[in-house]
Amino acid sequence: MTDTLLTYDDALAAYDPVLGLEVHVELNTASKMFCGCSTVFGAEPNTQVCPVCLGLPGAMPVVNGKGVESAIRIGLALNCQIAEWCRFARKNYFYPDMPKNFQTSQYDEPIAYDGWMDVEVDGETFRVEIERAHMEEDTGKSTHVGGATGRIHGADHSLVDYNRAGIPLIEIVTKPIRGAGARAPEVARAYVAQLRDLIVALGVSEARMDQGNLRADVNLSLSTKGSDVLGTRSETKNVNSFRSVERAVRFEVQRHAAILAGGGSIVQETRHWHEDTGITTSGREKSDAEDYRYFPEPDLVPVAPTRDWVEELRATLPENPTARRARLQQEWGFSDLEMRDTVGAGALGLVEETIAAGASPQAARKWWLSELSRRANDAGVDLVDLGVTPAQVAGVQALVDAGTVNDKLARQVFDGLLAGEGTPEEVVEKRGLAVVSDEGALSAAVDNAIAANPDVADKIRDGKVAAAGALIGAVMKEMRGQADAARVRELILEKLS
Amino acid sequence: MPDISRDDVAHLATLARIDLSDAELDHLAPQLAVILDSIASISEVAAEDVPPTSHALPLTNVFREDVATPGLTAEQALSGAPEVEEQRFSVPRILGEEQ
Repeated sequence: MTDTLLTYDDALAAYDPVLGLEVHVELNTASKMFCGCSTVFGAEPNTQVCPVCLGLPGAMPVVNGKGVESAIRIGLALNCQIAEWCRFARKNYFYPDMPKNFQTSQYDEPIAYDGWMDVEVDGETFRVEIERAHMEEDTGKSTHVGGATGRIHGADHSLVDYNRAGIPLIEIVTKPIRGAGARAPEVARAYVAQLRDLIVALGVSEARMDQGNLRADVNLSLSTKGSDVLGTRSETKNVNSFRSVERAVRFEVQRHAAILAGGGSIVQETRHWHEDTGITTSGREKSDAEDYRYFPEPDLVPVAPTRDWVEELRATLPENPTARRARLQQEWGFSDLEMRDTVGAGALGLVEETIAAGASPQAARKWWLSELSRRANDAGVDLVDLGVTPAQVAGVQALVDAGTVNDKLARQVFDGLLAGEGTPEEVVEKRGLAVVSDEGALSAAVDNAIAANPDVADKIRDGKVAAAGALIGAVMKEMRGQADAARVRELILEKLS
Repeated sequence: MPDISRDDVAHLATLARIDLSDAELDHLAPQLAVILDSIASISEVAAEDVPPTSHALPLTNVFREDVATPGLTAEQALSGAPEVEEQRFSVPRILGEEQ
């Protein structure tokens, strides 16, 4: 069934969107949360498992101290209070991805609560309040067999790999975010993007959305304009790129608005996000299945972080994001607009790393915000997931600075990098992209161009230097782009002076 | 006094994936009510200064070093599985939705 949508403008004229975001962060600890199994990504199925994470009878969990430490650091970075005493809880449900038949999580005693994060959207600051951040464990990975698309529907049976089961997760939940108005989709995206930057700065997770290290659930409801009453919300699960977060919010605003405007009511349910079509479809309704019968985990003793420990961890926090943005802008000499565009493109960390790898601030910004942003947009992926690293961008710029390639050839180097052809130097070598510095060949090409365009040559001889452009074009064509345009211009002017 | 109805027992049985017949529900619901009543007598002797207790041990912060240790081999892990395919546990078709 296709949902009816109201236009976005009409939706916003009648309703105020209220957002809620739940982000799961998979920590980068060496071992799992409650057992010593390795967490290395990409291992053969069921080779990183033990009686604890397989839920075998009698197995006893023990908490990974590093996981608690990371949870506290995330909480502190989000300006949260850190619980003086809290417990783990069992969240009971039956599903093959959790062989214990419960997930070890936290219920009404999260390790961190009542925080906030300032999010920058189009140069303005928007405060997102954090409800809580709690510790839990990841589930196994199911592959559905027999269905046409690998999804559940139509599958004959499912295959489960428990390597991921028990890897520590921190779930970060916002309070309802009101007042974003028409910018709700951008605020949602900026929150997730800037939360990722913070997680990366903390060094507690690989934080790659494309690998599922960071997963977002988007809650959305609409209030009638001017009313404080919250509408019924939908919960769109596993939205796995910044771009999709923005699109999912926009879609749900339009879908809710069409239902409400038509006199209907919103069903409280989970929704599935479809990346390819940009729509959500109905998952399951909240019902008995949501009755998780939480109770305190009897096999794990309470966690009571001493205040000394919390203060020690506070001292390890990275610079806060607002101060960091101000510092970087000053260091790089970016205008307000350049900085806003950089943050908006989700390129702040990428530009920073590119500069650290040797590029100038303007060169780093130029590549990420033009050529690479365009490619990411065409491919429908976030910039960080494009597949080009900051070190490679710095490498390409070094080749430009050395005169080995020009900007045009550099774009072809990116083709090679994206095709996995090696380092920038190797791509230049393999594709024969280097600018021809053989003066003899260049000089011959210039002579040919002059001979082929006598009228233009005469103009230049008469002092109309601007006409040189036509000859440069002819030379570049003959050299298949592999010439330094500035040098070609010099040669032309020398020969025709 | 806690009270547990026949409907409560039926609901819990569903959540716990225990298939109970009407006769079993008739039989079990009153029994569970008696058990709850008996346990509830604890609250009669619990004084105001006794906090609810979830753990018998007076311990907190029992942590493990974050060091990866060998677990089971895939062969060992899968040895008890009714069905195995592609080195994974094979389970029946899942009804309902992913968590």
